[in-house]
Amino acid sequence: MTSPLPDGRASASADATSRASGLVEFARETFAVADAELRKLLRDPTEVFTRAVQPILWLLVFGQVFTRVHAIPTGAMTYLDFMTPGVLAQSVLFTAIFYGIAVIWERDLGIVHKMLVSPAHRSALVLGKAVSAGVRAVAQAAILYAVALALGVRLRLAPPAVAGVLAAILLGSAIFSTMSLIVACVVKTRERFMGIGQVLTMPLFFASNAIYPIDVMPDWLKVVAHVNPLTYLVDVLRALMVEGGHSAFGLGLDVGVQAGTLALLVAAASRLYPTIVR
Amino acid sequence: MEAGARTAVATSGLTRRFDGHVAVDGLDLEVERGAFFGLIGSNGAGKTTLLKMLTTLLPPTSGSARVAGFDVVREPREVRRRIGYVPQLISADGGLTGRENLQLFARLYGVERSDREPRIGRALDFMGLADVGDTLVRTYSGGMIRRLEIAQALLHRPAMVLLDEPTVGLDPVARSSVWDRLKELRARFGTTVLLTTHEMEEVDSLCDRIAILHRGRLVATGSPAELKASLGERGTMNDVFVRYTGGRIDERGAYRDVAAARRTSERLR
Repeated sequence: MTSPLPDGRASASADATSRASGLVEFARETFAVADAELRKLLRDPTEVFTRAVQPILWLLVFGQVFTRVHAIPTGAMTYLDFMTPGVLAQSVLFTAIFYGIAVIWERDLGIVHKMLVSPAHRSALVLGKAVSAGVRAVAQAAILYAVALALGVRLRLAPPAVAGVLAAILLGSAIFSTMSLIVACVVKTRERFMGIGQVLTMPLFFASNAIYPIDVMPDWLKVVAHVNPLTYLVDVLRALMVEGGHSAFGLGLDVGVQAGTLALLVAAASRLYPTIVR
Repeated sequence: MEAGARTAVATSGLTRRFDGHVAVDGLDLEVERGAFFGLIGSNGAGKTTLLKMLTTLLPPTSGSARVAGFDVVREPREVRRRIGYVPQLISADGGLTGRENLQLFARLYGVERSDREPRIGRALDFMGLADVGDTLVRTYSGGMIRRLEIAQALLHRPAMVLLDEPTVGLDPVARSSVWDRLKELRARFGTTVLLTTHEMEEVDSLCDRIAILHRGRLVATGSPAELKASLGERGTMNDVFVRYTGGRIDERGAYRDVAAARRTSERLR
């Protein structure tokens, strides 16, 4: 990077230009992949609705019952208020984690091959998919907000709070869809992927603060919950989404942990993605 | 850098092993710029593996390959910028329109924004898809999908296109429409074309140079005319193929290759 030559400045600035144009390229490639995915989603949005059924059931059935029995200590919040951010996080997780199936499908055709022969950054190909998974989750969040409002959950609807929730959903989706992509690259077949997908989702969900606070967990589970990225997503959502909700770890830590996790996952996925066609 | 610019492809001792099985075995291959080059071999002869190495999808186990003047392992991005690839499997997205498929690849190849629409329009024209550009690819016929895939591979004006069994599973009419486009491509733009095939008719009507692969090794190279002449006056491409490979067409066909080929032809129907 640093040049020992007197004209080092010239080459450093050339370096900076090529870095800048590299970023523009990266953004354009990421957008291209996300755009193609979103067009497909808009053309056939049924998936968004069918996938919204499960979180609605959690709110309607589990949420309402547990609100009555007061089995879980949630402080000043009602249980339904407490769990709504958790259910949203769950819906983000479940949507994103099966996203690798689509990648295996594209690989069984030749779509992935062709993308990998293009000069596009491998990380942009990965991130583009992750972004589109995020937008899917946002569409589901809209449905969930409507149901939660109908059930009397005290949602915060001020624009900054909603914007924060959107950002959190995008970040969380990106994490779990990239995780899913990594699994897809390793297992390579749909059958094996489905098995692993099932095995992953439940522990991620139950070993988090989504539907009960970490305080009530046994010690070993507390440890797991603290390294589970879903916990930090729920923590952000709980602080931003409902009246009276607050973050246990602080938003800075939440976002930092998630951004770091995403960076690591994208780096790993960018290396693994090319191996899916070998 | 462009020292090897005269040659589109030059490999030296190129080898790829898959746990114990040698798919491509010490290949020394040269393809001249502007050639219409056919790689011939039965299923499992190593054609697809070779193409994957040349397109930077698969790293060689040993040996080296330069494509469009660049090393496939050390300078993969330079290689990628200069080639277009049409895989054996379907590579157009059925959930998008023809135009959207082209837009995606124009962006991935870094075609400037102002250039994108005109190029996409010309590509659709050239491939005879102008009136179905805004229709979902899912509704296309097999020949139309193939032509779209070729259009996708040409948007960045590559010096060379590599096609893996481009006409497998196509009916005769669709097949000749693909052939015509490839011929015209070379005639008008001087693009080097490298394709794999196991159809001798394709070789006869398209290729000016061929290489026969058998069990991962190069067993013959030359022009179709030369190779036929070497067998006497009435030699056919089929005779040539039998002569160099022992004629067992389906020998050692990898299950995966066969399954993939069938799936493709199924979906193209």
